Amino acid sequence: MFKRLGDTGATLTVTIDGKPIRARIGDTVASAMLAAGIDHCRTTPVTGAARAPYCLMGVCFECLVTVDGVGSRQGCLVPVAEGMKVETQLGKREAGR
Amino acid sequence: MAADSYDVAVVGGGLVGVATAWGLSREGLKVVVLDEGDRDVRASRGNFALVWVQSKGLGLAPYAGWTIRSSNAWGGFSDLLKQETGLDVCFQRPGGFTLALSEKELENRAATLKRLREQPGMVDYKIEIMDRERVRQMLPDIGPDVVGGSFCELDGHVNSLRLFRTLHKAINERGVTYLPSHKVETITREGGEFQLHTQGGTITAGKVALAAGNANMRLAPMVGLECPMRPERGQIVVTERLRPFLNHPVVTLRQTDEGTVMIGDSKEDSTDPSGLTLGVSATEASRAVRMFPLLKSANVVRTWSAIRVMTQDGFPIYDQSETHPGAFTVCCHSGVTLAANHALSVAPMIARGKLDTSLVAPFSARRFHVQEAG
Repeated sequence: MFKRLGDTGATLTVTIDGKPIRARIGDTVASAMLAAGIDHCRTTPVTGAARAPYCLMGVCFECLVTVDGVGSRQGCLVPVAEGMKVETQLGKREAGR
Repeated sequence: MAADSYDVAVVGGGLVGVATAWGLSREGLKVVVLDEGDRDVRASRGNFALVWVQSKGLGLAPYAGWTIRSSNAWGGFSDLLKQETGLDVCFQRPGGFTLALSEKELENRAATLKRLREQPGMVDYKIEIMDRERVRQMLPDIGPDVVGGSFCELDGHVNSLRLFRTLHKAINERGVTYLPSHKVETITREGGEFQLHTQGGTITAGKVALAAGNANMRLAPMVGLECPMRPERGQIVVTERLRPFLNHPVVTLRQTDEGTVMIGDSKEDSTDPSGLTLGVSATEASRAVRMFPLLKSANVVRTWSAIRVMTQDGFPIYDQSETHPGAFTVCCHSGVTLAANHALSVAPMIARGKLDTSLVAPFSARRFHVQEAG
């Protein structure tokens, strides 16, 4: 769905639900997921509806994901890092994660 | 009967008022609820939503029996509301805890329960002191600082905002007239009827039930009653929705049916509902994390202050006026816990025009005047 404007810049690898994807240094988790063609990053706590990153500026909280074991991180505010483990957050966050 | 004339005017549209109005309407009466506006103090929007028994009655033994009566009636009450409205208020009674974070706290707790039990006329109900291991079997996520606690199988909780909405829907469907922005300024009684002079005009009613929370202090003397109050402020911290981990409510902390964790039970001498004291919510949160360390990483999504409705001695006040026949007070702190009683016991008494002294005599405000109590 999304296409990068240019194709330059150094890349690194993160995993999304265990699957490696290439991201660019400076990407946020949310933009890296969108660029990789991932169509949702979580499901809602109440109805289980799929949600994707939306505002990309820290306001809407649609892009919540689990990053390196910590739940409810705002994917649009977390820069990617080599080897980072991102997980889709399904429904309610697990307490203590 | 004129359009603005009613059998009963209930003053106050909070939980106590609407529960009473619902009960009065079940008795076939034409009822009006007079409420203030949404910019006024709204205790029923800010409460903690426990249906709670343990600890109640220290200093006034009959309050324990009155509370247990409501706790026992609550299941049937929520079923009735569901039948009428289709809404589930999520009442659960899995038993609840008070947790101790030091041996000293546990000793104090045991001493309090002993004093409670040893009161003359105290109804016998089960509250157990449990050691850490027994608590852990029921609450597996407690932290190392929890040394034990007390457990009462009668304790429960409810979705309080949904209860509020459900009662409003129920009275609306029953044809009760709800008038917001009708703050009652004065009440007079002429020609065998009450005239309630409000911001929105004068309402006439055969009977008056004062259910206005802390404002009962101002209103009760207008009908020959009194209702001494001492409002206090509480603060609540709310987390994001989490997967269920807490099967029993704790008096200071509960996980709602929707997954959020509410942390509360602070007390401050303030009547300003718009202020938050960071030190107070930080202390609440810190104790919560010591009780359940997995809350350490939970995101807080809301905090708020609310003013507790509190009578001067903390116990309910139910009275009927001798000088103004047909005027009643229905006033208490625990509008959620006692909602079943107000709907199913007190409202029928008001409909009959006479409080049942076998049930509510201990709760007359005459107790504040030892010489006159007789």
